[in-house]
Amino acid sequence: MSSLSSVRQAQNSARLRRNFDIAIRLLIAAILIAFSIFPVLWMISASFNPTGSLATQTLIPPNAGLDNYQKLLTSREFPFWTWMWNSIKISSLTSVLSLTITTIAAYAFSRFRFRGRITMLKGIMLINVFPALLALVATFLMISQLGDVLPAFGLNTHASLILVYLGGAMGINIWLMKGYMDTIPRDIDESAMIEGASDWQIFSRLILPLLRPILIVIAIINYIGTYGEFVLARVLLKSTDQYTLMVGLQIFAGAQFQQRWGVFAAGALLGALPIMIIYLLLQDQIIGGLTQGAVKG
Amino acid sequence: MTVLETPYPTKVPSSMPGLLARLAFLAVLDVAVAWFSYRLISLGYFPFGAAVLIITVGINLIILIKKAYPLRWMVVGLVLMVLFTIYPIVFTIWVSFTNYGEGHLVTQEQAIAQILKMKYLPETGQSYKWTAYRSAEGEYALWLQDAAGNGYLAKPGEPLLQPGPGEAGVGELDEKGIPKTIEGYQRLSVLLAATDKNLTEILFGEAGKTIQIRSPGEAAELLPLYVYDSERDAMVNQETGVSYRNLRGKFTAPNGDTLQPGFIAPIGFSNFRDFFLSPALRGPLLRVTAWNFGFAFFSLLLNFSLGLAIAVLFNEPRFPFKKVIRSLLIIPYTVPALITILIWRGMMNPQLGVINRAMNTWFGWSPPWFTDEWWAKIAILLVNLWLSYPYFMLICSGALQSISEDYYAAAQVDGASGWQQFRYITLPLLLVAVGPLLVASFTFNFNNFNLIYLFNAGGPPIAGAPTPAGHTDILISYVYNLAFSGSRGINYGFASAITIIIFFIVGAITLFQFRYTRMWEEVSENV
Repeated sequence: MSSLSSVRQAQNSARLRRNFDIAIRLLIAAILIAFSIFPVLWMISASFNPTGSLATQTLIPPNAGLDNYQKLLTSREFPFWTWMWNSIKISSLTSVLSLTITTIAAYAFSRFRFRGRITMLKGIMLINVFPALLALVATFLMISQLGDVLPAFGLNTHASLILVYLGGAMGINIWLMKGYMDTIPRDIDESAMIEGASDWQIFSRLILPLLRPILIVIAIINYIGTYGEFVLARVLLKSTDQYTLMVGLQIFAGAQFQQRWGVFAAGALLGALPIMIIYLLLQDQIIGGLTQGAVKG
Repeated sequence: MTVLETPYPTKVPSSMPGLLARLAFLAVLDVAVAWFSYRLISLGYFPFGAAVLIITVGINLIILIKKAYPLRWMVVGLVLMVLFTIYPIVFTIWVSFTNYGEGHLVTQEQAIAQILKMKYLPETGQSYKWTAYRSAEGEYALWLQDAAGNGYLAKPGEPLLQPGPGEAGVGELDEKGIPKTIEGYQRLSVLLAATDKNLTEILFGEAGKTIQIRSPGEAAELLPLYVYDSERDAMVNQETGVSYRNLRGKFTAPNGDTLQPGFIAPIGFSNFRDFFLSPALRGPLLRVTAWNFGFAFFSLLLNFSLGLAIAVLFNEPRFPFKKVIRSLLIIPYTVPALITILIWRGMMNPQLGVINRAMNTWFGWSPPWFTDEWWAKIAILLVNLWLSYPYFMLICSGALQSISEDYYAAAQVDGASGWQQFRYITLPLLLVAVGPLLVASFTFNFNNFNLIYLFNAGGPPIAGAPTPAGHTDILISYVYNLAFSGSRGINYGFASAITIIIFFIVGAITLFQFRYTRMWEEVSENV
């Protein structure tokens, strides 16, 4: 009897300690959450603050309203929708084209045996150590020279920006994709080959459908990376109606930032929402890709 | 894993229609490229033109040679990689050995062409009064009158004529002796002629004895002021006889006078020497480099520590609200970085930002985030912490789950404390798993241009720096200022040299990473 009760007592005190422990951790979690969402809340609050100025903002604005949104969406000087559309267009095209290049190349690396294969794979990795940002000057000069011959691909065109982004398609993501393909058994393609299927048929009919999960992950990570890219777009795009959203927001924030704070917050929020939603809906897949070394952009 | 050694695919597909299609494709491509690179080279863009030609030869080989069949699957990617990744790297290396920049923006050929356009009036040269005429097609003619009142008709590329009225289409003369009409041409009023920009560019008369308009009242027989002596690589002034020799991209006279424009010239290791030795640059550059390392190191330390702490704290699988907590904690990571950096810039505004207003109210004091060197650095680290701790939290919690429970069970049997378990089991195993990502993160932050540029553009400025530099500038943002700020002395050459130095630093770190993570071996295993 007495031993049983002492066991129960010990269990009780252990449970108590555990509950206390969890309560402390939840408290810490609450503090951390406050730290991590405060700027976002502050951005939301600023966007609804009718005075629109940095100086007069409080967390819960009195007379909250949509004035800032109205200003943002009707402004001639800052064509928000054009920027948003430019960003969506450039990110989608880059993401799809880059994924196509990556996938087809990775198939060759995974399925064919040829001289220089390993060297090329290593080379691709080493080249990507050189951050694209570092070649900014050269890229800028090159695009301006290209534009002197083919104006459609010169400075201030979306085509040039997409091409430069695609220059990184043969990147680290090839490794990720090849690694995934290597896990698909060779037996599948060998039996198809015996039946007379061509390489392209094997790739497009058999392998491609099996790649769906990784295709989605790489496409999304690529999309998010391109959407958020700023420096190349800033250097290559020159006129207001060609800007991507990130360049537009940065320029917008550059002048009279304090007075335009509310409108900026509204634009920033609208611009960030699509990406935030993608992340939160697909967090497991994206995180899986990122931790395996997939790169944005 | 067993290695499949059969060459694969066993045979390269080949068919007549396929071959014809490939040949047709190559024919079209080659013609297009020939035109394209001809245009590039005729504009003076030799490196780019050469790169395009080399790439095209590569494409031809890949498509024609049977053995290169696997490369056909990646030819588009390879072309884009060579053009937009490798070529800029090679170009950067080349530029780093030149003085490309302000005062040296064109090629030597272009500079010579410009200098050769300069003219002078020789002492024996004739000068005239002029009247201009223009045809409907935009061709020009001049009626010239010398001091004695003789009239001449001058057209570009044709010898000078001395026609009377009625000859060579010249109509009736007015009271000043100027033809009222010339057949096919319309006489221009003085005002129209004076404002016509084309007119002063045109050389009238035959080669070697050209006449050019010098001022609204005077046209003169001009000779080129300079003659290029290709053997000595020098420009000789025909009026004074002084020769200007090519000295590091400027034609320079013995007395130090130079001719404009200067041009791009190789200057050896000067840019690199400047980086390490220039006394004026040394102070700012040392600060920038030291902060660059400090920033990358402390960012990694802080971000990783917080991420790891959170991961450990909520590692238990049955922790309440785990999923919700995680979703809320990764929010900073989901907002595009540019947006959050700008939001933080607003929140830290010294007079109006919420953080400083709150601190002023509570403590009567707030940090000068943007004007004080050290507070600016702290602000940058703080913003970076907010931006990237979720990433470390995610990779750490992933790695923690892969550590076997058995280790902890064994440690408990041995009576190890919680701290000891963390110190001797969790941390070492975790570091093995996330080590490569930590190195990658260090190199990312080493070049974290966006954060520095968007938050405060590297400010506050370092006083007395010869080129724009700030206390929070890192090398890459310093390079950006050199190349693009345009305010003081664009210097692509020096910017490129620093770029190469950054590359060596980052490359060394990455090689170190490969060495210790056995990445190469992993690749080879998967052969």
